[in-house]
Amino acid sequence: MTGSETHGTARLRVRGIKKHFPGVRAVDGVDLTLMPGEIHALIGENGAGKSTLMKIIYGLLQADDGSIWWEGAAVAFTDPAAARAAGIGMVFQHFALFETLTVTENIALALPEGRATAALAADILDLSKRYGLALDPHRAIHALSSGERQRVEIIRCLLQDPRLLILDEPTSVLTPQEAETLFVTLRRLAAEGRTILYISHKLPEIQALCDRATILRAGKVVDSCDPRVTSPALMAEKMVGKVDRPSRRATSLKAEAPLRFSVQNLSRKAGDPLGIDLRDISFSLRAGEILGIAGLAGSGQSELLAALGGEVAVAANTIRLDDQPIGALPVAARRAAGLSYVPEERLGRSAVPDLDLTANALLSGWQRPALVSGGWLKRGAMQAFAEKIIADYRVMPPKTGSLARRLSGGNLQKFIMGREILANPKVLIVAAPTWGVDAGAAAAIHRALLGLAEAGTALLVISQDLDELFILCDRMAALFHGGLSLASPTAELSRERVGLMMGGVADAA
Amino acid sequence: MPPKAGVILAKRGFRLRLEARTETPRWLIYATPLLALALTVLSGAGLFALLGVDPLRALYGFFIEPISDLYGWTELGVKAIPLALIALGLSLGFRANVWNIGAEGQLTIGAICAGGVALALWNSGGWWSLPLMALAGLCGGIAYAAIPALLRTQFNANEILTSLMLTYVAQLFLSYLVTGPLRDPDGFNFPQSRPFDADALMPPVLEGFRLHWGLLAVAVAAVAAQAVLTRSLLGYRLTVTGLAPAAARFAGFSAPGIIWTCLLIGGGCAGLAGMLEVAGPIGQLMPTVSPGYGFTAIIVAFLGRLNPLGICVAALVLALSYIGSEAAQVTLKLSASVGTVFQGLLLFFVLACDLLLLYRIRRE
Repeated sequence: MTGSETHGTARLRVRGIKKHFPGVRAVDGVDLTLMPGEIHALIGENGAGKSTLMKIIYGLLQADDGSIWWEGAAVAFTDPAAARAAGIGMVFQHFALFETLTVTENIALALPEGRATAALAADILDLSKRYGLALDPHRAIHALSSGERQRVEIIRCLLQDPRLLILDEPTSVLTPQEAETLFVTLRRLAAEGRTILYISHKLPEIQALCDRATILRAGKVVDSCDPRVTSPALMAEKMVGKVDRPSRRATSLKAEAPLRFSVQNLSRKAGDPLGIDLRDISFSLRAGEILGIAGLAGSGQSELLAALGGEVAVAANTIRLDDQPIGALPVAARRAAGLSYVPEERLGRSAVPDLDLTANALLSGWQRPALVSGGWLKRGAMQAFAEKIIADYRVMPPKTGSLARRLSGGNLQKFIMGREILANPKVLIVAAPTWGVDAGAAAAIHRALLGLAEAGTALLVISQDLDELFILCDRMAALFHGGLSLASPTAELSRERVGLMMGGVADAA
Repeated sequence: MPPKAGVILAKRGFRLRLEARTETPRWLIYATPLLALALTVLSGAGLFALLGVDPLRALYGFFIEPISDLYGWTELGVKAIPLALIALGLSLGFRANVWNIGAEGQLTIGAICAGGVALALWNSGGWWSLPLMALAGLCGGIAYAAIPALLRTQFNANEILTSLMLTYVAQLFLSYLVTGPLRDPDGFNFPQSRPFDADALMPPVLEGFRLHWGLLAVAVAAVAAQAVLTRSLLGYRLTVTGLAPAAARFAGFSAPGIIWTCLLIGGGCAGLAGMLEVAGPIGQLMPTVSPGYGFTAIIVAFLGRLNPLGICVAALVLALSYIGSEAAQVTLKLSASVGTVFQGLLLFFVLACDLLLLYRIRRE
């Protein structure tokens, strides 16, 4: 253990960590050394093994092989409580908070028993001042934005005075401005000698924040570098391998293209008490146009998709396709009218995990007489359709008999996109089209969407990935608390401006 | 996401662990019901030993002796007909997560409707009596299953509870009828209806035995169920709804439509089974027209893996538990409840063994 990188005792050192899940080597012999006062980035694509590795460090998972030293002593955390007791805190991507309780109550639940809430509230205020984490201890969680909820999680960790703080994709729920505030807090924590392990796949913020970066690919460390002096292009290439990405769309939209799809004053109370009410949403799409809708998670994306796709009905006139009112129609009738949609969840929503690809090809195609006649399935035609999707969109493995859940996220998404595109819709609405998809498949999906627009389909892309929206869209708008900002041409927008729109200050600047 | 690390059963240093399977071997799908059967027989042997009966002798008396002659086999068929017919109807709904637990009640109403027709046509029927009774039984079962369907789709009332509770309503209604309006005027006040006339009785397959041509209804239902499941859009809708409800919404399959279809098909099959019982082995309306066929058919459906052919085989197995317990009462002087205990054990082991489809057991 006399690595040249050690000057003083490392805070955490892992060597040769391996973790194998049925069918996949999630982490395959990873070494990692974290020093006191360091902000260390762990970067890699979805599925590279980042989450598994940090769950092992935090005691949520047990490694199959390898060893961990905490401040010089060999340890094996059997559960998160042991890791917390040693001085490790973790902020998860998905928060574990009780919506109906206050900030203080939520934090009290996570602490050992016997803290007076009044004293706790004072401590929370104290910490929030010290680290710039503005937060009112007495507000209920359901009234907080996702950025504020994240602060609750961070303060919950800080109350235990951790010497290593792990953050998993912390900015995925933040606007660019909120992210900047978080970075100030993290730098202050590091200056006190705490170590930050920062998990992300967003390279610009890693350049801005981190001292070192360890790059994971397919469960292995491919490189370790100083992100401040390494070019993002180089890091990206190490992260994903070489990928031919489509360049940004050159808007070729003709002003006289016919109006295809319009939404006028769409409002809807959420069915679920924790859902988001849609507030007076209006936009329109011309043939061949791609409109992007940005927004933080939980701003009303799933409610909007349900209303547009037809899973919930609204007033007929609020949604029009080729000037026909379709708002009151159910999914099947809207699809017959030429509107297709792809929800964000693949397994279990846009595909049935335990059915094969032939059967999954029918999921949105069962109304077509070519595939079903008189209530009886045409197996041959279904099979041929599935084979065409697989061939046209290079789905691997190229077998119609594979179960949907056996496919990787990228291949399944290519299959789903292919299925919807080959239905030749007039309007296609896609949510998070490349979420959790490897870079190669993402590029293929982007090319397919651009091609579809070229052929005259109107596209609506709902995504949290700003890079994706900037590549694809002619115009962009943002959702905030169930309301939609005005759409502006992408060419006139900067990331900062979109960030403001996502934060609800739509028409500022 | 990988599944949770696994359940650990620790006992004196011997640790077993359940590990999620990535792939379920095909043979296992067929092997687990057999394993469940074997475990049931083993526990049954233990049970007999505790009751102070020689286990081997008892198992022989329960499972082998009753079917050692032609009469035994035909009686097996008599019990298997309603079990298979009801289970075939229920299995479609179970595939789509529509849980009709009230087939016993739908059977009872089917029997009442068919019996009502038979009594109305008493001594004035003809060849058309039986078809008319079948139609009445079918419609009765369908109408009775429509109640939980309506409650579920209109008021979101759980069909498990409503269909189950309606069973007791149906049974009490039948006992009211046979003690009141439909009581046999020449029956010395016994709570039962007139015996049906010859036109209203199912013809036997073999002269001198009770096995009747309801067998044909089972065959037709099994073939139809197989065709619907593998080749029809309806089967596809049921499968998708059962496997992934959100995907069914995405596809645009109407959820109320599925609920209505499943409950009505299940009710119709149970109602027809009720007609076959009163027109077959019973031959009149009695206070009780079924020894729990509607409930046992649930076990049949699962033991048969919701597969039409599997259900036909499983119906024979459960039918054996009925005639075995009848035989055990006579030859072994055991309580009639032994048969029910066997059915319960079997359901328990069938469900427990299904764990093996998703997990494997590993020594640590």
